[in-house]
Amino acid sequence: MNIDELYQTIILDHYREKHHSGLREPYEAEVHHVNPSCGDELTLRVHVDGDTINDISYHGEGCSISQASTSVMTDLLIGHSTAHAMELHDKFLEMMQSQGRIEPDEDVFEDAIAFAGVSKFPARVKCALLGWSAVRDATLQATAPTTPSDRPSAG
Amino acid sequence: MLDVDRIRADFPILERTVGERPLVYLDSANTSQKPRQVVDALAEHYLQHNANVARAMHLLGAEATEAFEGARSKLAAFVGAARAEEIVFTKNASEALNLAANTLGSRLREGDEVVISVMEHHSNIVPWQLACQRSGATLRWFDVTDEGRLDLEAAARDNLINERTRVVSLTWVSNVLGTRNPVAKVAAQAHAVGAVMVVDASQAVPHQSIDVSTLGADLVAFTGHKMCGPTGVGVLWGRFDLLADLPPFLGGGEMIEIVEMARSTYAPPPHRFEAGTPPIAQAAGLGAAVDYLGGIGMDAIAAHEQELTAYALDKLTSIDGVVILGPTEAVERGSAISFNITDVHPHDVMQILDSRGVAIRGGHHCARPLHKRLGHQSSTRASSYLYTTAAEIDALADALVFTRDYFAPRFGGLA
Repeated sequence: MNIDELYQTIILDHYREKHHSGLREPYEAEVHHVNPSCGDELTLRVHVDGDTINDISYHGEGCSISQASTSVMTDLLIGHSTAHAMELHDKFLEMMQSQGRIEPDEDVFEDAIAFAGVSKFPARVKCALLGWSAVRDATLQATAPTTPSDRPSAG
Repeated sequence: MLDVDRIRADFPILERTVGERPLVYLDSANTSQKPRQVVDALAEHYLQHNANVARAMHLLGAEATEAFEGARSKLAAFVGAARAEEIVFTKNASEALNLAANTLGSRLREGDEVVISVMEHHSNIVPWQLACQRSGATLRWFDVTDEGRLDLEAAARDNLINERTRVVSLTWVSNVLGTRNPVAKVAAQAHAVGAVMVVDASQAVPHQSIDVSTLGADLVAFTGHKMCGPTGVGVLWGRFDLLADLPPFLGGGEMIEIVEMARSTYAPPPHRFEAGTPPIAQAAGLGAAVDYLGGIGMDAIAAHEQELTAYALDKLTSIDGVVILGPTEAVERGSAISFNITDVHPHDVMQILDSRGVAIRGGHHCARPLHKRLGHQSSTRASSYLYTTAAEIDALADALVFTRDYFAPRFGGLA
């Protein structure tokens, strides 16, 4: 397996300069997701106004794949509707579980097309999903009718 | 001197290639490879002698019981136990430590203290946390020095082991740092206050000779799969009088004496702690593994690893951008070496190494508190065994230089 397929320039660029990095106010939900086998950790906040995700801020420590994927995800979701976020999450998940069989649509995924290569490395798929799972969880919490209890979040 | 070429011939998996390159397996602290002799013993057991133990009275049952109890005797001899009944078979070292924590934990009361260390594997932390939560006892721990040695001075200053201490549970050799701890010294302190000394020997027993009669421990846990044996079998050695005094852990078949509907009485050790059908074939396989290791000689294996560890530390410390966690000299140290490449996450190091056939582990190695203490989020670990060669250490070093140079220009760092 050619590692250049995994470590595409887009991914390494996002890893070096993470977009929207840092924890910011205001936010309606904050989640902490971890990848217990490798130790990656991510704290992520969403600021939702009505149906729109106005901000996603985060602090993470982890590998290039998890960090870059989170950075790309914020580019794709900030300023868009929560419904769009859920839909894109599901599509990204489907692509990552396809073992390279799904050719991503660049109009939809933009920089996230770089992660199609990651789906061929099964051990790294959960790295690429860390930020997406966190934003889905946080968005659901932020838009839930009542504030959920202080439950621990799973990674 | 070990004839490593001859040893490697017993491990067909080491002939595998990854793409064009030979496999370089440096993840033996995670799980060791298995020699043909062990796999043959497993196959022979299943193909010729398979039956349940003890409860099966027919010929095959007798043969299976002989294989299982025979393995117990081999393990007893291997660790220097006074009698075979001091060997309890578990499914792994984690279960052995949970057995210790549950049974000793049943005696803990509020005000009691349990002492562990910050360099423990999660399996020697979490069971004691649970035992303390259930009993109201207090969990305390040894710190480490910045060099990754047990901080005995700080422990003495803080009166860590005192008249309230009931249990001290310590790893013999750290699975991350490689540090070998002074078990006998700590055991003497524990015994002086009447505490029980538990030792996690998972990273020691595969690599060096052990004599439980002089180690100082009261209970010792280790696992089969790190010492050329199959997965699914571990061992808890215990002083017989202590085991005889402990309550059962798991309830079920074969751990009982008489069962009434309202209450039961229990079998003596070791069967008291072996509820249900045990790992029979795995125990037979582990028996074959200790025959194999004993045939080569644990002192010869330890000497080989000592030489390789010194060589590897020399190589790795000379690479710019590589930082070693733990002792950088091959003194009182096992063969696991953890490190980081500046600005490259261990997961990414692992990936590049894997693409070059070098199998190592990246992550926190089930020791998150230790990594936190040393200021590393996670690390990369290379670990050797009796079949590891100096050429494989060279391949590791070359691959690390390649990894550093692969990422450095892309991150605008070195090179």
